Parts: sequence; structure tokens; C-alpha cells
Amino acid sequence: MSQHLLSAADLSREEAIAVLDTAAELARISDRAVKKLPTLRGRTVVNLFFEDSTRTRISFEAAAKRLSADVITFSAKGSSVSKGESLKDTALTLEAMGADAVIVRHGASGAPHRLAHSGWIEGVVVNAGDGTHEHPTQALLDAYTLRHHLSAGKGALDGRRVVIVGDVLHSRVARSNVLLLRTLGAEVTLVAPPTLLPVGVESWPCSISYDLDAALPGADAVMMLRVQAERMNAAYFPSVNEYSRRYGLDVRRSDLLADDGIVMHPGPMNRGMEITAEVADGPRSVIVEQVTNGVHVRMAVLYRLLGATDALEEATP
Amino acid sequence: MTTVLRNVRPYGEDLVDITWAQGAITAIDPAGTAPTTSDTVIDGRGLIVLPGFVDLHTHLREPGREDAETIATGTAAAALGGFTAVHAMANTTPVADTAGVVEQVWRRGIEAGYCDVQPVGAVTVGLAGERLAELGAMADSAARVRIFSDDGVCVSDPVLMRRALEYVKAFDGVIAQHAQDPRLTEGAQMNESELSGILGLRGWPAVAEEAIIARDVLLAQHVGSRVHICHLSTAGSVAIVRWAKERGVDVTAEVTPHHLILTEDLARTYDPRFKVNPPLRAAADVAAVREGLADGTIDAVATDHAPHAREDKDCEWAAGAFGMLGLETAFPVVVETMVASGGLDWRGVANRLSERPARIGRLDDQGRPIAVGEPATLVVVDPDSTWEVDPARSASRSANTPFLARTMRGSVVHTVLRGRPTVSEGTLV
Repeated sequence: MSQHLLSAADLSREEAIAVLDTAAELARISDRAVKKLPTLRGRTVVNLFFEDSTRTRISFEAAAKRLSADVITFSAKGSSVSKGESLKDTALTLEAMGADAVIVRHGASGAPHRLAHSGWIEGVVVNAGDGTHEHPTQALLDAYTLRHHLSAGKGALDGRRVVIVGDVLHSRVARSNVLLLRTLGAEVTLVAPPTLLPVGVESWPCSISYDLDAALPGADAVMMLRVQAERMNAAYFPSVNEYSRRYGLDVRRSDLLADDGIVMHPGPMNRGMEITAEVADGPRSVIVEQVTNGVHVRMAVLYRLLGATDALEEATP
Repeated sequence: MTTVLRNVRPYGEDLVDITWAQGAITAIDPAGTAPTTSDTVIDGRGLIVLPGFVDLHTHLREPGREDAETIATGTAAAALGGFTAVHAMANTTPVADTAGVVEQVWRRGIEAGYCDVQPVGAVTVGLAGERLAELGAMADSAARVRIFSDDGVCVSDPVLMRRALEYVKAFDGVIAQHAQDPRLTEGAQMNESELSGILGLRGWPAVAEEAIIARDVLLAQHVGSRVHICHLSTAGSVAIVRWAKERGVDVTAEVTPHHLILTEDLARTYDPRFKVNPPLRAAADVAAVREGLADGTIDAVATDHAPHAREDKDCEWAAGAFGMLGLETAFPVVVETMVASGGLDWRGVANRLSERPARIGRLDDQGRPIAVGEPATLVVVDPDSTWEVDPARSASRSANTPFLARTMRGSVVHTVLRGRPTVSEGTLV
């Protein structure tokens, strides 16, 4: 893995598999009564969250703490950021505190890239979601979940068919997943109304469809993206009802999947809009599992980025 | 008091000596034959002499943002870039939408003295796009405003645009349109393309520029007015202006140096130094604007020199200000993109950097031929010398050049404004 994790494209196939393997190893350790590893003792990991995202923040916090890192969480609300402090000054402050890794969530696409390449800080930068750009650890946890169900928790995802549905235009999850799942050999189909697909999407390494019913049959997994109701006011689609009818996942549609096909959602869900409660809580749903896997994958990312190359073997019974 | 500039090639042609007195050229003799009685002798070293450059589009930031640029520092940068006149854009604080503000800018330009400062007046009060500013008062003021622009903002209301085009006919004015449909570019960050989708930056479609240009050339034709298109940036815009000129519409257009040379790929760095309005476009657009400039569809190179305080660029892309410096790097960009490729000869460079912009702005004593009786408003350039862009050596108060640390070929050696040197051997006088 390179110095930072800014984009799913930073990961080669070998590196991606290595992260997933490390995560699997760490998951086994987490089954023990004492979940904590001494690996990152004395290292400081900063959670720098310019956007509210409770689930991603606590997932990273849990990951860093289980590796015994000192964790500082810096949320935009109630901090100097809300008083107009710039990204640069916040970064310089963190640098002065000696952050070894900065996990950043920011509303501006490319903000983690700026942190990593502007010379403001020395530490490792992990992108925890930037604007409408990428969310590489979400893609890793999705790949981990897919691998667990579709490839016996080993290797890659060659030949597996994954359908990603919804607001691709504004989705960092979709961008990172298309890149990573392709790297791992999966065939990805994006399904959305044409208004919610970015210009140039036809050049992405995936197929495109406007028709969910045509894309689902035989697929190994479907990943539903959150659709914000305010998109309706910007004329991306006429109404919530029409969106649900054309692009929502209900039981009939989820039964079009392959027999062991799974249903995923990065959360938070709009039950009744992009997914029915029946499907979200149904037997194909692995949505809660995704959350658990998120901690292990993020542990693996920190573990590998912070250069703890030999401690895992020692710690593993 | 006479001065002789020895051994120069007007428009890159035969070597001559040029003598002037009281600001006007008094003699042009074959090289080495000018009388030796002049008070001052400048050695032109066989370099090229052109009429002083005229910039149609300069942000001097004064009044209001003197931390980014002042009329003094901006015009010093202009002189170093070979410019003898600049058009100061109206988006200052307060906005240049009254005779009082344009006269103040004009007077401050005279005080600074590095080049002529011709204020541009706002089309609408406060650039708000709601009602016309007192265009006639600005035209009749000491500043003699002829170009009106809400630059930075598009005059998007078609009725207001029509009225503005009609109204300025009374004093031979022109509306310089910043062509950007506001609804199609809400929150836009970069050229809309395959790359914007990958980078997750809100796209700025070419059609947002082209649709306004198409509308405005039709409006100008309908009401019999002239219209000028600011910083045209797409292949489609070139095609529309070409079509309009063929139909006889009185339209002129400018392109910036950065749109002649840089492409959207620089957005991959997420460094706001490359964030500009209109955005850097694709390679095919760059090729099209070069072709348009070469064939005369595009009349002028205009810098859109846009200084910004350091903190407004030292941030994430979305928070960064739009704009980049241009005055001191315009000439080498034209050399690299137009002269080296054969797109323009030196007559062509004089035409696009001096003569046509002066005519568009109705500046009577700028962009004149190099001939006896004409103003000694000249620039001596060395097309072959190379230099590295270094903000520390720039006269601008800001440092937001997209050419940081880039080696440029082509430099300005002397700039002369009505007989008075403003730059000598590459240094401000």
C-alpha cells in the first residue's frame, strides 16, 4: 500500500487482497474475550470529521482503539472549524500535536488529497469520505463482505456480478466500489435514472443500465445507495414514489438475484424509498454485517499504513 | 529630449533604428543610420519590437482587495508583461458601477504610471443583474468608459442583456459578456467531463457558456449592437462566434493565455491554483481556441489576470477562489502556443495582443502602427530567452500563477509608454 489511502484506485489487486486478508485475521482476534492488540501503542490517530458521520467516525475510533492507538476525535461542530478555521490551520494544529495518521471526512472532494500532498502534515492520510469523490474504506468493507459470502472469505471476486443502484452522481461509495470491485475481478453494473449518472460514466470500468429489473436476474449481490429526498427538488426525478417504483428494492426484485445473492446498503437507509423494510431486515440482507466488517477492515488499513508489519504474527495465538 | 532604439525588428522584419521625441515616433531609419544626436540610446540587440500590448481583461482588485493587488502593483506587473494599457474589471468593492468609482480607478492608474488604466464599467448595479448601472454617466466621465461588463457574473436575464446592448449604442460602447448560464453551473467546480465524474467535482458544462454566446450574438444582430465575448473557452464557443461573424454579426471575442495552454487534467491535483472561471477545458478545446485565434475568429488574447490572497488558494478545491495571474506570463504563452506552431506570425501577435484589443476598447492611441507620427508605445521582446516563473520576482502582490516553477520561453525586454520607458532590460523603471 502506498503512503496514504485516498482512493480505491491506490490499491493494486495484491494490496487489496492483502488488506482483506489482514482484516480477516484481525476479525479472528476480535472474537477473543480481550479484543485489544498492542500494535499501535504510543501512536496517535486523529479522526478529523468536517461532516457529521457518526457511523464512520465510531467505526474508525473502534478500529484505532482496538489497535491500542491514542485516538483524538476532532469534529467540525463545536470546534475551531465551525469558527471559520481553514483546513490548513486545522492540519497544522494536528501536525503540532504529532498525529501519526489523520482520518479525514470532508464535504469537499479532494480535501484528503490536499492534506496528503500540500506539505501541511507529515502523517498518513486516510480518506473517510470526501465530497462526491471517494470512500475507499467503505469499498473495502463491502469487498470484505462480498468475499465472505461469495468467495468463502478468500482471494478475490473474479466473475462475481454486483449491481449498484441509485444516486451514483453524488455517491462516493459507488465511485470507490466500481474501482475496487473491478480491481478484484468482479463485474459491476450501475443502475440509476440517467439524471443520477455522471457525464462520462460510460468510460468507467463497469456496465450501465437504466432498468433495474433487467440488471438483477442472476446477480450475486445488489448494493442500494442512499437517495436523498432533496434530489427530488432539484428535478433529478419526479417523485419519491416514482423513484421507488423504478429503482427501489422490494422482495420481488431481491428474489431475482442468484439463489445465494445478497443485499447490501452502506447506510443510513431510507426505508421505504430505495429499499423496503422487508428486504432490509430479510434473509438476504447483510447490512448489519457490513458495519461489523467495517471495524476490521479499518483496523487492517491502519495496521498496514502505520507499518506494523510483524506484530500481527506475534499477537496471533 | 530624443531617444533612439537601435537595432530592432518591427514585427520581426527588417532591422531599423526608431527615434522618438515627445512621445511620438519621429524617424525610422535602416539600422545603424539614425543620427547619433539622441539624448538616450537603447540597444535593441536585434530583438523584435511590437506595439505595446493591450489587455482587455484585468482584475486590479483596487478598490477593496488591496491585499491581493493594487492598481500600482497590477500595472507594474502589466508593464513587465509588455502591456501599455489594461482594462480594469468592474468587480471591485465597491463595484465600478458609478462615474465616481471609474474616475477614481482611472486617476489611480495615472498616478501609478506604469500603463494606461482604462476602467470597465459594470452593466448592472452592484453586478446584481437586476437593473442597469448609469452607463451613460460612466461613458461621459473623465474615465471615458466604453466597455461594460459584469465579469465574474453573467448578464443572464435576456431582456436586461438586450437593453444593455441597445443602450450603449448611444456612446459607441460594447457589452463584454461573461458567458455562463447560472442555473447550469450552480456549484460548478471544473469542466464537466469524464474527469469531473471521476474526481467527484461538480461539472461545468460547455453548453452553459455556448448557450449564452449563441443567445447574445443573435441578440446583438437583432438590435444592431456590438457584443464582446469574454474568455471564450470551448470548441463550441469558437464555432458559434465563427458562424456569427460569417453572418455579419458585430461580435468580438477574447481567449485567455491559460485556456490556450492548460487543460482540465490539472484538476487531478485538487490544487486550487488551477481553479478558474471559466474552467480549464479539454485538449480538444485548447486546440480549437488556438485555431480560432489563428484564423481571427478570436480577436484578442486577454489575460483575465485575477490575483488572489494566499489564503484563498491555500485550501481545499471547493473553498478556493476562481482565477489565476496572467499579465507577466501572457507573452511567453502566446510564443509557445501560437508563434512556435506557426499559428501567428509577429504581425499576427501585434494584431491579437495590441491592435484589435485597442480597437475593441476604443483606445485611440494604443495598438497603433510602428510608423513615423505614431505614439512611441512599444514593447521589445526576446522570443528565445528562457526564464523560470517565480512569484518572488513578480510585481504582483499575489502568487497564484498556474505556471509556478515552469520554464517559459520568450521575455519582455523593454516596454515604452508614449516615449517613456516603464520597463528597461526586464526591470521596472
